[in-house]
Amino acid sequence: MRIALFATCVGDTMFPEAVRATADVLERLGHRIEFPAEQTCCGQLHLNAGYPDEARALTARFTRIFAGYDAVVSPSSSCVGTLRQHFGVANVYELSELLVRRFEVDDVRARFPHRVTYHPTCHSLRVTRVGDAALRLLRNVRGLELVDLPRADECCGFGGTFSVENADTSSAMLADKCDCVESTGAEFCTALDGSCLLQIGGGLSRRGSRVRPLHLAEILAAG
Amino acid sequence: MTVESFPIAARRELANAQLRANLRAATDTIREKRARTVAEVPDWQELRDAGRAIKADVLARLDEYLLQFESAVEAAGGHVHWARDAAEANDAVAQVARGHGVHEVVKMKSLTTDETRLDDALAAHGIRAIETDFAELILQLDGDWSSHILVPAIHRNRAEIRDLFARTIAPDIASDDPADLAEAARLYLRDRFLSAEIGVSGANFAVAETGTICIVESEGNGRMCTTLPPVLVSVLGIEKLVPTFADLEVFLQLLPRSSTGERMNPYTSMWTGVTDGDGPRELHIVLLDNGRTRVLRDEVGRQALHCIRCSACLNVCPVYVHTGGHAYGSVYPGPIGAILTPQLVGVENAPSLPFASSLCGACYEVCPVQIDIPSVLLHLRAAAMRATAPSAKTLVLRGVAFAFGGRRRFELAQRLGRVLQPVATHIVPLAAWTRTRDLKRIPRQRFRDVWKARQ
Repeated sequence: MRIALFATCVGDTMFPEAVRATADVLERLGHRIEFPAEQTCCGQLHLNAGYPDEARALTARFTRIFAGYDAVVSPSSSCVGTLRQHFGVANVYELSELLVRRFEVDDVRARFPHRVTYHPTCHSLRVTRVGDAALRLLRNVRGLELVDLPRADECCGFGGTFSVENADTSSAMLADKCDCVESTGAEFCTALDGSCLLQIGGGLSRRGSRVRPLHLAEILAAG
Repeated sequence: MTVESFPIAARRELANAQLRANLRAATDTIREKRARTVAEVPDWQELRDAGRAIKADVLARLDEYLLQFESAVEAAGGHVHWARDAAEANDAVAQVARGHGVHEVVKMKSLTTDETRLDDALAAHGIRAIETDFAELILQLDGDWSSHILVPAIHRNRAEIRDLFARTIAPDIASDDPADLAEAARLYLRDRFLSAEIGVSGANFAVAETGTICIVESEGNGRMCTTLPPVLVSVLGIEKLVPTFADLEVFLQLLPRSSTGERMNPYTSMWTGVTDGDGPRELHIVLLDNGRTRVLRDEVGRQALHCIRCSACLNVCPVYVHTGGHAYGSVYPGPIGAILTPQLVGVENAPSLPFASSLCGACYEVCPVQIDIPSVLLHLRAAAMRATAPSAKTLVLRGVAFAFGGRRRFELAQRLGRVLQPVATHIVPLAAWTRTRDLKRIPRQRFRDVWKARQ
């Protein structure tokens, strides 16, 4: 089975550790991962910002580069959801759904002895529909204490360009999310989207919180 | 009509901490109730499918259903008026009032007449419209306007209402206890109901087959308005039709659970034409277009006309819960307003509304007629960018698209991004980010560098 890794533009640039962890987890399970270096972006940014023509060109480019692979895996549920829902690309998977749904693996033999809360990002919940895949994986991580996040299914306020075009509203939404994250007493807040973690992490850091954002892939690769 | 820019309006509303606390408390309660009563219905998803299918059929054959409705109303003794826009609808109501020499009408809660600003139009003709819904009365007495489809005064609290009533209709009001507030409104309104010669209503549904109009409500003031005065005028958008009486079965299950979280609303009233010795002797029905046929022309956007005004999408929307309804600059706030208003008034007149969403999708999940609000938002965003002059945003995004179009360009942009980041964070648009949030430093090693080193 040929599996390609789609880092995403944000992942490749801002979150190399999360992308690397995605590859590590799969390689540890015996899969061979390829990284087509021509890859850039899926087109979601432009689609959401109101530029569908630019988006379609980027998606066409994506499809060309990733043609011929049996599966494409990505650490971003949001990009996967967009490719699948709006551009009809079928064989793309977010890491946790690839593991749990396609490979039927919910224990990756990871060890992460910390208190963790999980923020189910909007697109993982309502577009990509990963269900409880991430929670099943987290429950099997050795030493990990999973704490429920209040108002878990409420948006963190990122929303791509929304975060700067509607910065005041985005920040008010983020403040509520940070309150909820901090109320859990967790050391880490994890999610399936780097961009949401950029927002949550940015908010937590600004208020001097000791809670750190961490992509799920990095927890699964630990130990 | 131009709608105020959402980011600017939202900033003003966000400054009101009391508003946010009121909204959070009210929407939390109603969300929880909705979730509970919806979960009781084993065939909820099938009901949603049916609701969507019926509305799609109505829109596909609207011309036929409207004529069928007109014939049925006239056969039952009612009069039908066709209104292309708000002014024509308001004129139709004013004509009826003037024809009867009436200077005061009683009104039930109606978004459609809020949309046409009927009260102001009637006032210009020297006719006073008395709002009889408790919340609408509050807003009318205070010169305020609705911020929620179902709970128009959701932004006001009890103490404010007591003070308002003491200043206006009930100088001797005892307290801000809900029973005292309701009693004050009741005493004030009862005389109006009994003396009014014309009642004005909207409609939740109108049955093409029979010419029946259906309204659902909680307070009973609507039934007073539609049964006590000898003349009744009902104003409704042309999309309110359902083909048959039996179709109401679907919507009368979907609507109360989605809107108030009740299994059934306290009052459901229906009337078909006029009946001797029972209810109004004269019935006028005003069918309003006001942009709806324009919405109908858009194959993606037209599903906004499926809306049955339940307000479930408002209550689950994290943007609405923070900004409140006034930020949307229209009588239709929240996610449904963000897709309906730009289509009704033209996207060039409300270009910021389709962007007033983080695309979280909570609205689509609860919509009883499955309006795919996120997809319509994306569709309208594209239309908004086409309809407005190219901005700095367009330049930036075109540049980014170019950079993302090839590997070398992309890799160069990544490098450039890292070098420019310390400066860029002080310039628009990133400055808007860093005002409230830190921005992670772009690491020296991209993933592609890590990968190359590992091979």
